[in-house]
Amino acid sequence: MTSNPNVESLLVVDVGSVSTRAILFEVVDEQYRFLGAGVSPTTAVAPYRNISEGVRMALDNLQTITSRSLIDARQQLIIPAQPDGSGVDRFAATISAGEPMKVVVVGLLEDVSLESAVRLAQSTYTRVLQTISLNDRRKTDARMNMLLRARPDLILVAGGTDGGASQSVMALLESVGLACYLMPEDQRPDVLFVGNQSLTDEVKSLLEGHATLHFAANIRPTLEGEQLDASRTAFAHLYAQLRMKQIPGVEELKAWSSDSIYPTAFAFSRVIRFLSKVLNTKKGVMGLDVGGSATTLVTAHKDELSLHVYPQYGLGGASLATLLERVAPNDILRWVTTELTQEQLREYLITKSIYPFSLPDTSEEMVIEQAIARVMVQSALKLAAAEFPGGLSYLGDGNIPLVEPILATGGILANSPSPAHSALLLLDSLQPVGVTTLILDQNHIAPALGAAATFNQLLAVQVMDSNSFLNLGTVIAPVVKAKFGWPILRAKMTYENGQETNFEVKQGSLEVLPLPYGQTARLQLHPLHQADVGMGLPGRGGGFTVKGGVLGVVIDGRGRPLALPKDLGQRQELYRKWLASLGGQ
Amino acid sequence: MLAPVTHYLPLTLIRRERLLPQPGKVLVRTGQKVAATDAIAESNLFPEFLLLDVARSLQLSASKTEKYLQCQAGDQLAQGDVIAGPVGIANRIVRAPRDGKVVLKGEGQVLLETAGKVVQLKAGIPGNVVELIDDRGALIETTGALIQGVWGNGRIDAGVMSVLAKKPDMLLTVADMDVSLRGSIILAGFCNDPDVLTMADELPLRGLVFGGLAASLLPIAMKLACPVLVIEGFGDRPLNPVVFKLLSTSERREVAVCAEAWDRYTGARPELVIPLPAPGNIAAPQDTAVFDLEKPVKVLRGTYAGELGLIVNLKGNVVFPSGLRSRAAEVRFENGKTQFLPLANLEIII
Repeated sequence: MTSNPNVESLLVVDVGSVSTRAILFEVVDEQYRFLGAGVSPTTAVAPYRNISEGVRMALDNLQTITSRSLIDARQQLIIPAQPDGSGVDRFAATISAGEPMKVVVVGLLEDVSLESAVRLAQSTYTRVLQTISLNDRRKTDARMNMLLRARPDLILVAGGTDGGASQSVMALLESVGLACYLMPEDQRPDVLFVGNQSLTDEVKSLLEGHATLHFAANIRPTLEGEQLDASRTAFAHLYAQLRMKQIPGVEELKAWSSDSIYPTAFAFSRVIRFLSKVLNTKKGVMGLDVGGSATTLVTAHKDELSLHVYPQYGLGGASLATLLERVAPNDILRWVTTELTQEQLREYLITKSIYPFSLPDTSEEMVIEQAIARVMVQSALKLAAAEFPGGLSYLGDGNIPLVEPILATGGILANSPSPAHSALLLLDSLQPVGVTTLILDQNHIAPALGAAATFNQLLAVQVMDSNSFLNLGTVIAPVVKAKFGWPILRAKMTYENGQETNFEVKQGSLEVLPLPYGQTARLQLHPLHQADVGMGLPGRGGGFTVKGGVLGVVIDGRGRPLALPKDLGQRQELYRKWLASLGGQ
Repeated sequence: MLAPVTHYLPLTLIRRERLLPQPGKVLVRTGQKVAATDAIAESNLFPEFLLLDVARSLQLSASKTEKYLQCQAGDQLAQGDVIAGPVGIANRIVRAPRDGKVVLKGEGQVLLETAGKVVQLKAGIPGNVVELIDDRGALIETTGALIQGVWGNGRIDAGVMSVLAKKPDMLLTVADMDVSLRGSIILAGFCNDPDVLTMADELPLRGLVFGGLAASLLPIAMKLACPVLVIEGFGDRPLNPVVFKLLSTSERREVAVCAEAWDRYTGARPELVIPLPAPGNIAAPQDTAVFDLEKPVKVLRGTYAGELGLIVNLKGNVVFPSGLRSRAAEVRFENGKTQFLPLANLEIII
């Protein structure tokens, strides 16, 4: 484990599409602690068109909250920390602001290198405009014309196992070379080559001078094996470099930092992977960030990581205006418990896309926004479903794998009316199975910990151990084919003081067992009707220790997939009941 | 806290930088007076390139093809001009399939650039060219009334304003439209009838300006030839009193509607300009502001969407009926009623 004992304070700035956050950590009683966060609107957009203003406002805000000077008279960050208590020892930054990076992906075989390259492209905030592969029937000039029209920021090239195919890869690159040559110099894309490593010199001789070239490890060194790790890191660095060129002010952030700037999603994925390593369980660890710029879904298991960033499912992006082209209106409306027509939903989405920073201030609007978030998460899950890490266990078809914990963040979750609303949103959209724990990162500090992890893993460990995250509660969700109202689970909870509670869970119910925050209890489960709670086999029970979250212990017996009544009145009643069960209103 | 700004100004200096997305030819000169619809620059934005496999057509190897090529890089060819040949007793030749310019030749291939669609950049507002931007466009300046909207269908036009909105919430129907409106720019409160939009192209109109537009009409509005400018937003949204007063008193005035899409990154917004002479020097309006007491604001969404008022109180943290905690302003509306609203749901009106 690496750490720097001289670093007592760390500032991380996260520049999102809607908000910029300045987050401060410091050693308190020999342990790193989260001290506070300052927030400001992001100023990447007009009239500022420079993120610096938003960063300074966020820092001002943080200075007010912490009573600590961070910026000097020249508006520069005070680094390192001074004897008078001002400044910080270290600075790091993450970014998700800006339009998604436009990418064209080139790969040899559609279901091999092209698929891997698209997966790599989706590991950060990108929009894949087009793909080119061997199966592409377009002629060289048609591909070239496509590239000239698409004007990508980046062309991502994969193909050929190491020492394998070369001529066909170079043939595919012919159109890329010609297109780059024909583009105005200031509009030429960067090219990242992650294919057959023996082609490096040939690729250089074809493209050098016509595009800025980058090379990273082959993502398909063999036909069977995909290796995204090294190239994912290289891609994250490249993303930050491109943002430095595209968004004024990012370079200044880089100057404050002794490390790279990371895409927020990449930094978030580091924390999820780190958690997976530390916990070292048979289950995976899942991370969910429902942000303004994208919905990010991360799953880690042992050494494997799946990271998917979906800008088309961002709650603060222009893509909201076209959401109904990707999602059926009724898929959203079924979660809405107020009278709302399709037309009103359309108006809501367009208004939110026009004012992405605006907030739902009435309970009706909150219901709509949470419904949209539910569907966005479900849509993201559907797209990522085939690409969860191998080796994970599943209960039933169509469910997410067994994961513990689920670490969730994003404005819609953090700004929920109550923890019950956040928990219900997560339960409804992710529909976890078996036994898991819901953890809420209310201050969006997980990406900051990921950004800091390069030089200080101790920080991540200690902050995670502190109360900086909100443990919503342990969730037990049996998977069973049973009729509504049938008993599906008997359980006994033994509290620290020896007191015991026995209870029975019925299919269709959502219940909470009280367990004060931070206290532990022993829970013994006895599944009925072959209910599967993830103990190895349907019907198999067992005992384990649970820790109380703000909601206690949640038993979600509503079934998978979750069915909702079509009738609005029944839906309203059910939703109110579920919310009340979790302690919300 | 930084605040978004929208301009509703009866008289101001308006400066707009108009740029091609990529280098092209600037068609105006400094000091030139332009109309909103005048082309100020043009570019062959998407030329089509053809890669001709000359060697294959001549049935020769790439190396042998070279001596039969009859063109050089940079040559301008007309359709049918000989590119290479004749070869063999059959006198095989390769001709230019279209007019175009030879960009590259070699390896038995010729790359021909053929003309694509020339895209013209319109001035967007009527005014004077005050600065040229090399190969990209120009800075246009004018004085007049400026009203910024929230949505536009990408078109630009100018014409005489016809105020059909006798009230800010006037619903525009086909019955309100007749041939006397041909060539004019219509002001109405709200539109939810697709036939109204269709008729706008049939008459034809030079523009449509609405307070609100039904969201379901967006695909039709996108296809109209005339500009469609939405001032308030989507749904039954009446024109706000300031805009209504400004525009309803502009009957028969020449106005320009630049209904370009709102680009948050460049700051380009759909807007309406009424050119007016300005006495002496006037300044361009501020684009930036912070929320402060007595600042005029407009509500962006929710129950009070579109309403105008003044900030009478600022609070660090207010809990709203949604359960949301947010920095907030107490806004006094024109009817005297006050209401706390999240700062995120307000914009400053200048």
